Parts: sequence; structure tokens; C-alpha cells
Amino acid sequence: MSAVLAQGLRKTYGTKTALDGIDLDVPAGTVYGLLGPNGAGKTTTVRILTTLLRPSDGRAQVAGFDVTAEPRRVRAAIGLVGQQTAVDEILTARQNLELFGRLYHLSASAARARAAELLERFGLAEHDGPAKELSGGLRRRLDLAASMILAPPVLFLDEPTTGLDPRSRAGIWSAVRELVAGGTTVLLTTQYLEEADQLADRVAVIDSGRVVAEGTPEALKSKLGGDRLDVVINDPARLDEAAAILSATASGAAELDRDTRHVSAPVADRVSALTRVLPALAAAGIEAEDVALRRPTLDEVFLNLTTTGGDR
Amino acid sequence: MTALRWALADGWTVARRDLIHWANQPMTVVFGVLFPVVITLAFGYLFGGAVEVPAGADYFAFLMPGMYGMTMLFGLSSTMMAVSADVAKGVTDRFRSMPMAPSAVLIGRAVADLLNSVLILGGLLLCGLAVGWRPASAGGALGAVGLLLLLRFSLLWAGMYLGLLTREPGAVVAIQTLEFPIGFLSNAFVAPGTMPGWLGAISEWNPLSSTVAAARELFGNPGWGGDSWVARHAVPMAVLWPVAITVVFFVLSVRLYQRMDR
Repeated sequence: MSAVLAQGLRKTYGTKTALDGIDLDVPAGTVYGLLGPNGAGKTTTVRILTTLLRPSDGRAQVAGFDVTAEPRRVRAAIGLVGQQTAVDEILTARQNLELFGRLYHLSASAARARAAELLERFGLAEHDGPAKELSGGLRRRLDLAASMILAPPVLFLDEPTTGLDPRSRAGIWSAVRELVAGGTTVLLTTQYLEEADQLADRVAVIDSGRVVAEGTPEALKSKLGGDRLDVVINDPARLDEAAAILSATASGAAELDRDTRHVSAPVADRVSALTRVLPALAAAGIEAEDVALRRPTLDEVFLNLTTTGGDR
Repeated sequence: MTALRWALADGWTVARRDLIHWANQPMTVVFGVLFPVVITLAFGYLFGGAVEVPAGADYFAFLMPGMYGMTMLFGLSSTMMAVSADVAKGVTDRFRSMPMAPSAVLIGRAVADLLNSVLILGGLLLCGLAVGWRPASAGGALGAVGLLLLLRFSLLWAGMYLGLLTREPGAVVAIQTLEFPIGFLSNAFVAPGTMPGWLGAISEWNPLSSTVAAARELFGNPGWGGDSWVARHAVPMAVLWPVAITVVFFVLSVRLYQRMDR
């Protein structure tokens, strides 16, 4: 069953097109990543799916309810962690959760109990001060906790870790993984490709309001570039020469990084890379300090997809 | 009817958020109450001696109803500030993504700000009593306070409209800057009769002037007089103006709020 189903979502503002026909199908119980550069339409998509924005065209269902025809039912089935941390900064974490609990129509005692439970679970129990005194990571966790008050089946996270340090980011990731283990469907947008790689079962790459690629992170990586050969060269003076050899013998143009003395190129066939490229280097008398065959990072896939947008 | 019940229940929960702010940050409330008190004392003791008042009257008798009205006017920017800050910080979006009554966001803001104004007006009334200002009758005083809060109620909706329109707290400064000139361009501090003709006319038609003149009348305090139509019908105008402002800005803010999904 689909937790989120979108067909041909379009959003236009005057002559400006923010979304140009987005199709999504997110199976229940999975994590789905929306990747794209700033202004690609990720947030607009999330805002339509969470009933904050009406689509100009197209349809979308969340948890089986139509976002434009049954917004109240959709709202009862979702949690939203928006781009900004939307908690009251003067209220304490507990007061925030109790207040939102009441607005989710829990009784006073149920709201208190649920707040206590969530504070414990999200590691916020010992913080008594106003929310503005919490660190960015803790505030984000409070935001997440507030979205989980009704334990909604579908959770939307719009760039949940933007601006957080690596440790806080890891904390949010483990919180999300726990939720998914409990059966929640998560749709998250991110600028961090590593985040999608870490969390998402499937990824849609969005550019200029369209889905330009869709699949598992692994499939995207192998479809769009295959493996890469990385060589670290001993003598920095011979980097250009090494790059030329790689370009000629591998299956694509080589890139080089002078600071780390790295030369890397895509290779279609792992075995031929080692049997052809390395002997060519050795024949030219260029010494390699280190050699590795690896999958491209999602970053490389992403850049490849979104910078060549014009011909897609 | 359950829809209305939830609108009120949720509205009260949203308003209670502000009451918790008061408890968590009592100094903010104290300063909010003290600000108009300080301005009143400054005007009364520093400028008061220079203002010509009818023979035998004390300037504070004129000033206090003017300051009560002025304080209601200051509420415009505080409502605008609260509304635009919530929009800018995404709190409004969180509310809108929740299965609560949508109207509760505006109802809650209205209730919270009105309560805040009651508190501030109460503090200023005590200040007035302390500097020798006296209302003539309790009934009249209640009527005057009612009209003052009615003005505040109408400015609530104007503030909500401006907050939803600008969506960013930075724009509030512009309105705050305008509040003083709007207040000065009224009968709150000096008689419009002493102003150049056209300015005096604008001052007399300022909704604040109607409320302040009506409050002076009901408190039994001396007024500036004036024989224009609007000055002679202060009490009905002090009802008409706020009702008109409320109707216009209530419709505009509700429409703007509902169209946030465009």
C-alpha cells in the first residue's frame, strides 16, 4: 500500500513554475528521500502533501486521503517537521509538547502523559529551561517529538538536519530509524546526499520541479556512473600526465584534486580498470601511492543529474 | 456545534500559550505594563507644564484618558509582531498542518492580546489614580474602559492583517514608528483646535480622538471642547469607528489566513 501517492503535481505562481508534474509513490513503512538543489521544488512538494499549499494541478493522497478534498483527515495522519524549528521558544520542551498535545485534542492528562513519554524517548527529559536555550540538535529533536504526538503513520521531514553538527545529525538519524522500525513512513527532503544514502530506501532526485531520477540509492549510483577508480599519485608534478592516462584508458574523463594528489575516473568494468589503467601508469613511470575501486558517492550522481539538466 | 466548540477550546489553548509566556518571563509583562506608565509620567511632569489647559484644571486630567487611548494604539504593533513572528518561525505552519480548528490560531491571538491589554490598561489606571486623576462615577468609568478595549479589539484585527501580510517581524518597526505620529495627530495630548486647520481636522477624525473624547466624557474628565460634528458625537463615534475597523480587518485577515495555501 502507498503511504504517499502523487500524480502530476504542479504548482505555478503567475508565470513561474515551481513544480512541473511530480509523481511519487512511497510504499508504507519505508523512508523516501527527496533530493535536489535549492529551489528544485522539494519544500513546495512537502507543503502540498501536508495540506499547507494547494496544488495548481495534479492529485495527491497521503495515508489514503486526498490532500485537497480531505485536508483534516490528512492532518490527523501526518507529522511535519518543517525547515525551521517550529516550537515555541519561551515554553519549555514539556510545555511545548503538552500544548501541542492539547491541540491534537488529547485530554489534559493524556497530553501530560504523552509529553512525559516523548521527552524520555527523545532525550529531553532533563531540560527544564525555555526551548530557546536548547542546542540546535535538541531543539530539532523537540520539533520531531512534537510531530510524533499522535504517532502518525506518515512523517514529513523537510531538511531535518540542515545546520546541525555531525553528532546532532547522527542523533536525528537514529531517532528517525527508530520511528521507521516502529512502522512510520518517512518522507524526507535533504541537501545532504549522505543523509539520503544513510536513511532512504528509495530516492527521487528533483530538479526544476521535475523528478529527474528515481530508485534505490544503490541503483542510482550504479546506473549513473558505475564504479570509479581512485589513484593517489606520489609526484604532484606528474598529476596532469596521470590524469591524461586515466582519461585515455578508463571509460570517461578523469578529475583531479591537486591538494590530495587524487586522480579519479569512471570505469565501466572493474577488472579491465585494474588490468589496463595501472599497467599504463607503470609504463609511464608514474608511481601510485594508493589505488581504490569504489562506487560513486551520491554527491557525484547528484551533480551529474542536476547540472546537466538541460538535455534531460 | 462541535466545530464551534473545538474552535473555542483550541483558541483558548493557543491563548494559554501566551499566558505561559507571562509565567515564564514575568519581566516582559512588567516592562509591558511599565512602558506606558513611564511615558505618562514623562509627558505629565516634563511637558505638562507647557500645555495650556482650561482654567483650574490639572493636565493629568486631560492626559490620562489620552494615554489610555494611546496604549490601546500601541497594541497594534504588538499584535502584528506576534503574528508575523509565528509565520516567520513556522509555528503558524505547524498549527496549519495539525488537525485543530483553523480559526483557533486567530481566536487565540485575539484572546491573548486582549487579556494583555486589560493588564496594561489596569496598570495605567492605577498609575492615573496615583497621580491624582479621578473618574467621576464607577458606571461611567466602566463604559469608558469598555470603549477603550473596543478600540483595542478593532486594532487586533488590523494588527493580524498587517502581520499576515508582511510575514516578517522586520516590518513591525515601520508600524511602531507610525504609532507615535498617529497618536500625536489626535486629541490625546493637545487640543486639535491649537493645530493648523487641516491637521486639526484630521486629528478630530482620527478614530483615537473619538475614543479618547468619549472616555473623557464618560470618566467625567474635562475635554478640549470643539464644535465640529465628530467632536460633538464622540461616544457614538467611539463605537462606530472600532466596529467599522473590526468588520473590515476581520474579513481581510480571515481571508488572508485562509489564502495562505495559495
